[in-house]
Amino acid sequence: MTASAVDHSASTMSAVYRHSALVRVTHWINVLCLTMLLMSGLQIFNAHSALYWGQASEFAKPILAIKAREKNGGQFGATEVLGHTFDTTGVLGLSGPPDNRQERAFPAWITLPGYQDLATGRRWHFFFAWLLVINGIVYLMSGFLRGHFWRDLLPSRDQLRHIGRSIAEHIRLRFPRGEEAKHYNVLQKLSYLIIVFVVLPLLIVAGLTMSPGIDAAFPWLTSVFGGRQSARTIHFLAAFMLVAFAAVHVLMVLLSGLWNNMRSMITGWYTIERAGDTHGG
Amino acid sequence: MAADQMFDRRRILTGVAALFGAMPLAGCEDRLSTNPTVLNVLGLAEPVTHRLQRLILSGDALAPEFTEADISTTFKPNGTTEPDDQEYQDLLGSQFKNWRLQITGLVERPLTLSLEDLRELPSRTQITRHDCVEGWSCIGKWKGVPLARLLERASLKPQARYLVFHCADTLGESLDAAKYYESIGLEDAFHPQTLLAYEMNDAPLTVAHGAPLRLRVERQLGYKMAKYVMRIEAVESFAAIGAGKGGYWEDRGYEWYAGI
Repeated sequence: MTASAVDHSASTMSAVYRHSALVRVTHWINVLCLTMLLMSGLQIFNAHSALYWGQASEFAKPILAIKAREKNGGQFGATEVLGHTFDTTGVLGLSGPPDNRQERAFPAWITLPGYQDLATGRRWHFFFAWLLVINGIVYLMSGFLRGHFWRDLLPSRDQLRHIGRSIAEHIRLRFPRGEEAKHYNVLQKLSYLIIVFVVLPLLIVAGLTMSPGIDAAFPWLTSVFGGRQSARTIHFLAAFMLVAFAAVHVLMVLLSGLWNNMRSMITGWYTIERAGDTHGG
Repeated sequence: MAADQMFDRRRILTGVAALFGAMPLAGCEDRLSTNPTVLNVLGLAEPVTHRLQRLILSGDALAPEFTEADISTTFKPNGTTEPDDQEYQDLLGSQFKNWRLQITGLVERPLTLSLEDLRELPSRTQITRHDCVEGWSCIGKWKGVPLARLLERASLKPQARYLVFHCADTLGESLDAAKYYESIGLEDAFHPQTLLAYEMNDAPLTVAHGAPLRLRVERQLGYKMAKYVMRIEAVESFAAIGAGKGGYWEDRGYEWYAGI
């Protein structure tokens, strides 16, 4: 990219180079991996659609159970959470066209493959799990070596002091502009830090704790999670924390300028209003 | 200037095209999931996992063991729970008096052992967690002969690399039906927790759990732990057995190394 692209017109806009090539590439590989992992993970979940706490499965006492049940001679999709049952016909437990309902925890459109096939689901899952881990190692190493985490993700003391104001502005859907938009805001920084250093590692380690091989090598792992079934439950919950993050993340991208954000994550360049003009608009 | 903008736009469009190129992957997932090349590429993860776990699992690292209090009240049986094969029904009818375990293949001294012979050998008892590939776990107490003791008696020939467990049960419907079998490598075969178990929770194995003899390979998933074991064959390669992938479920797409 040449300097001419930075201020190429008389407009009040100027472009800043926001994301390094490495961040952009690892970001999109992440999108691909997490999509595939979520969909194949739900396929795997469908093979035994209940979660438990502890080492072993107490089949009569699930934390969560999604299955088709009988009611008045018919069937309904039942989602049981901590003893409370909800009718989720059409999505969870019983789904597909109304004249051809299928008994399955998560519906066909969200699982990989769409039909029930645990073996193939596992293949997708472990392949993209490795890709995620390799991608994550590259991202973390570069982030530490090039100071990306300290420079761009660690909130400044000033930002932390004004976190209340930042929350209030987000609620009113007013996003930082001008000079301020050159850097991540405090809520962005904190959520990215939590995802990168808490949720994703937790998700991966909980997943590994389900492996009988890993448990033999590191027996303390199951103790940390309170058992293999607890680890499976935490793996599932952490996956949905990521889904929640992704939903908010995409919403924020849409609300704060889809095109500008997409361009910056594809080419690196992000457009901001030039200083001095920011209060006018 | 204009050229720069054009360039910029082209780059953006290429990027977006690449992004949306990845999205339909989800749409045609079922076609991809049945494509042998795709499955082979995805399957590349298995040797990576296998090698790395072997590296971490130095030698005889033991699977966690539990106490009597941890034993599951309900232990879900998996796979076949009532073999209707005539040969098995006959053996069951005579309470396995005529049942014999055979150890054959690449061994110096083939063995034939009755249930009584096995019970007289030194045994090991362990309370371990059984992890099914579906995701559930149950804890049970197993008593049996460490496989290593039998292999020492039979003495493996140097070419032997795998042990194949041939079972009495036929699993699957009509065209897909086949005799159950499994295979493990030598590291697992000689592991101290690898047993040929004849007792579960202080009672002889029930039919649902693999009577009269089942395999325990505690560092792998449940489908490796063959039930109704009739014959153990030491081989150099399992390519000529079944569909050649090393086990009933392996022939149906599951990983041979089931440590994860």
